[in-house]
Amino acid sequence: MRAEPSVLPLKLDSLSFVVRDTVLIDRISMMVRPQRRLFVLGPNGAGKSLLLRLCHGLITPTAGRIIWADPERAPRAQGMVFQRPVLLRRSVLANLIHALRLRGIGRRTARRRSEAALDRFGLRDLATRPARLLSGGEQQRLAMARAWVLQPQVLFLDEPSSQLDPAVTRLIENMITDFSAEGMTIVMTTHDLGQARRLADDVVFLHRGRLLESSPAESFFDRPSTAEARAFLDGELLW
Amino acid sequence: MGAFSAAFELIASGDPVLLEIIGLSLRVTLTAVLIGCLIGLPLGAMLALLRFPGRSGVVVVFNALMGLPPVVAGLVVYLVLSRSGPLGPLNLLFSPTAMIIAQAILILPIVISLTRSVIEDLWEEYREQLRSLGSSRLRAVPTLLWDGRFSLVTGILAGFGRASAEVGAVLIVGGNIAGHTRTMTTAITLETARGDLSLAIALGLILLAVTLTLNTGAYGIGQWGRRAAG
Repeated sequence: MRAEPSVLPLKLDSLSFVVRDTVLIDRISMMVRPQRRLFVLGPNGAGKSLLLRLCHGLITPTAGRIIWADPERAPRAQGMVFQRPVLLRRSVLANLIHALRLRGIGRRTARRRSEAALDRFGLRDLATRPARLLSGGEQQRLAMARAWVLQPQVLFLDEPSSQLDPAVTRLIENMITDFSAEGMTIVMTTHDLGQARRLADDVVFLHRGRLLESSPAESFFDRPSTAEARAFLDGELLW
Repeated sequence: MGAFSAAFELIASGDPVLLEIIGLSLRVTLTAVLIGCLIGLPLGAMLALLRFPGRSGVVVVFNALMGLPPVVAGLVVYLVLSRSGPLGPLNLLFSPTAMIIAQAILILPIVISLTRSVIEDLWEEYREQLRSLGSSRLRAVPTLLWDGRFSLVTGILAGFGRASAEVGAVLIVGGNIAGHTRTMTTAITLETARGDLSLAIALGLILLAVTLTLNTGAYGIGQWGRRAAG
């Protein structure tokens, strides 16, 4: 579907992030391959969100390298959906238009594409509503639509449904599956192992800032190779 | 109490001198507020978002200038506009334009400082999201000014309050010339000194009413905005 060349794979080379003397990300090397759904799993404080922010360029690593296949295009070819979306104090439609305008897209094109996104995601009836006054689920759907309207090649999702009820969680999961089917690469964290089982192609498992496993989802869930991952999957490893 | 009834009489009858003074006051102050906002809102937002050497110094200076005594501002403008001053040839001294300049100088630090504070808080909230969407700090200026619109009303109002209440600056650069540069505050000063309390009281009441009306309106806008835009 995409004309432009892929910015993937994304390679992390011995990536570290240290705050004062605390090592939060410890020499992580891994690969994000195109058109896969990669899940970053691990207990609380493992560094999952941090790893996503490092990949997305929101935080600068203290050591190691982030290597995109096309570093020039990489910044515009990625998007991120946060656990708690930050929406502008404007209408739903204006939120979408603003995101496109930031990319230097003209007013009319931005409006047309935004309206198309509203239709695509069933948000048409909310178009003129103030985004901040939507329900949590509606806000996250808008955040997803805003990420999609920019047509990123890679989408980072940081526990996008952790604060949502099961019905909305399903909606968000369906959106992720659809994005993926369109060729978008997904890199996502979740606390919900059921969700990971439903959606993941690949899994990397973090524990205390270190990458302990990196494998296809099936083999991770069926035959985890480390004791930590086994404990985590059994619900016994919380930190 | 004769002065009070005479004051109400003046207001009720729509005394032309009274109306002229009110008209000039509002024209001067509102123009100064407009200028203060056109310059102060973007500058305050930039001060909040951009990082440059000496930034803290600039922040402190504008905070301090919020307390600039109006007479000092008036004196500075006087020196600049006086016949021998750098802008003397423009012949602006003792004109409404001079008063607008002086009041804009008083308003500017307030608008800048309060805008900076509002925008800094908003940036804290929006930073990750906007950076993720590809916004530079400079590009975030219009975004945050618009998203902070209801909070910014407070700063603009504070600027209006300062300008409409001050007498020192407009007196020095305007000269309190009847029918030309006489504002509500300078008229109150003069009429009180001369013992003509009825006009002074009438103007005082109107000044209070204007301030109250504007504050009520702004408060209403703020409340409505927070409810309507979240």
